[in-house]
Amino acid sequence: MGHHHTSNHIIYGLYTDETDLLKAVQKAKDDHLDIFNVYTPFPVHGLDPILGLAESRLHITGFVYGLLGTLTAFLGMSWIFTRDWPVIFGGKPYWPVPSFIPITFELTVLFAAIGMVVTFYTVSGMGPGITNPILDPRITDDKFCIAFNETTATDGDINKFKSFFQETGASEVNSKEIDA
Amino acid sequence: MSAPISPVRQPLITGSKTYHQITEDLCSPTERAPNATWVIAFLISVSVLGFGLFCIAWTIWKGIGTWGSNRTIGWAWDITNFVWWIGIGHAGTLISAILLLFRQKWRTGVNRAAEAMTIFAVLCAALFPGIHVGRAWVVFYFFPYPNTRGPLWPNFNSPLLWDLFAISTYFTVSLLFWYTGLVPDFATVRDRAKGIRKKVYTFLAFGWTGAAKHWQRWESLSLVLAGIATPLVLSVHTIVSFDFATSVIPGWHTTIFPPYFVAGAIFSGFAMVQTLMLITRKVLNLQDYITVEHIESMNKVILATGSIVGVAYLTELFIAWYSGYIYEQFAFFNRAVGIYWWSYFGMMACNVISPQFFWNKKLRRSITFTFFMSIFINIGMWFERFVIIATTLARDYLPSSWSFYKPTWVEVGIYLGTMGLFFTLYLIFVRVAPVVAIAEVKSILKAGGDQYVEKHKAHHEKAELEAPAHH
Repeated sequence: MGHHHTSNHIIYGLYTDETDLLKAVQKAKDDHLDIFNVYTPFPVHGLDPILGLAESRLHITGFVYGLLGTLTAFLGMSWIFTRDWPVIFGGKPYWPVPSFIPITFELTVLFAAIGMVVTFYTVSGMGPGITNPILDPRITDDKFCIAFNETTATDGDINKFKSFFQETGASEVNSKEIDA
Repeated sequence: MSAPISPVRQPLITGSKTYHQITEDLCSPTERAPNATWVIAFLISVSVLGFGLFCIAWTIWKGIGTWGSNRTIGWAWDITNFVWWIGIGHAGTLISAILLLFRQKWRTGVNRAAEAMTIFAVLCAALFPGIHVGRAWVVFYFFPYPNTRGPLWPNFNSPLLWDLFAISTYFTVSLLFWYTGLVPDFATVRDRAKGIRKKVYTFLAFGWTGAAKHWQRWESLSLVLAGIATPLVLSVHTIVSFDFATSVIPGWHTTIFPPYFVAGAIFSGFAMVQTLMLITRKVLNLQDYITVEHIESMNKVILATGSIVGVAYLTELFIAWYSGYIYEQFAFFNRAVGIYWWSYFGMMACNVISPQFFWNKKLRRSITFTFFMSIFINIGMWFERFVIIATTLARDYLPSSWSFYKPTWVEVGIYLGTMGLFFTLYLIFVRVAPVVAIAEVKSILKAGGDQYVEKHKAHHEKAELEAPAHH
């Protein structure tokens, strides 16, 4: 995608069942067709390996955010009770480590959850008020969609896409301009 | 020898649904005008909420003296209601998080509503400490933020402060988990909507497209959130129990409290889920998605956690006797036959005896029976907290300070008000969001839909008939 294109021309086929979709994606991979994206109404298991999607690294960010929460809570409370304003509560030491465990745990969970959710929406280009192009409104209902980008495709490629959809049993084939 | 064949499970979606029918059935309650039942229920809930707000205003205006608490019994009704509401919330997280980790497919029918219940119940709970502090307008003093009062920090040794962190975290994580699950379903509603509804749901759906990579991340996020929500939910009621267990009051100062409170929380939470779901499935016509199978599964959880609670009650009694410690012995003697004997009786009858009926499969699968049981358990679990709190405090170390507590109309009004708040929010929720998780139900259709289960069963039976021939 260069700077010249302000929009993509997408050709897409709709399937009525996830097993047809999985077979079609496998065939597209075997035929070396470059899939633009696959859209489904629910998470279809077994799709990621065929499509060649790398495992999400979201859980790694979750660990990092969680660690940040652990450190924030533990170091924060330690600093307050030993440096900023040391107070003896009920004869306990200035640095009562066991008392810090519950809040340290809670902030670990809180940071991990907020961090992961924010990261999820950010990297997925989603969020309050954000709109993304929708190829077909039935994708969130009962249609499974494979999309190819024909913006820079040759006539030969486009014919390949069309015959692919026909061979794999797509119930409909449509095309749409979407913002790049 | 025949090979072990896993028994075929009962269907979780009945009525031979297609993906499109699932969308239709689950979106339609948000798309049609509310019926008279809903309007009446909503008006009642809002009125009760209004009265509750008036009672809260009355408390803040006149002071805590409008409550029945006294020098001996410093907290009673408010903390009872706080613990009760927090406990109710726990079932939502158990269903959405723990059952996800255990790959229990039946969770998809009830998780959305149960999580909503969690969020609303936590809101109701959080109200009580908020107003009990007296100066509710400076309630933010609880939080450790840099301030010009020293800086004066809260006491990190205090279980009440731990509780603040636990409840705030619990609310936030539950809300994020719930909303993230809702986003794909809001997109489904969006793609069917027109006009102003389309605008609203476009905003709510966050730009969801259903792309494969997004689903992958969404599943990863759900799994990790479930993984951290599981210890979180256990920690929340553990910390609530610390409010009592870290004190030196006989009857409170027991190490059994955390597991006992967590089991009780799940027990009462499931009862509330049953109450809500039995009404919801009937009113919104969702019998194909929330089946007797779901109800029975939840009743099994109620039976298990109810039995744990029963064992905990008996263990407390036994240990009080076995310890040889007279103050502990008196605390339990006083609970059972003291001035509040009737609340102890209510607790034992509703929480220990009544769930045992669920050993009977017929009763476990009876909708009417389940509904009444769910109400009993909610009452019983309220009594449990009242027994632990009011009974114990009413008879302290010094007989000259012994006292009696009874709630004033203001306290009753606030409690009713939280009921009003809970049902107002729930009624709005059933109008705005799909009550059953659409995408998640679709994802189990091939495994849990009755037409597919029948097919598996026929296949299975055929294999069994043919099996002897192979030997």
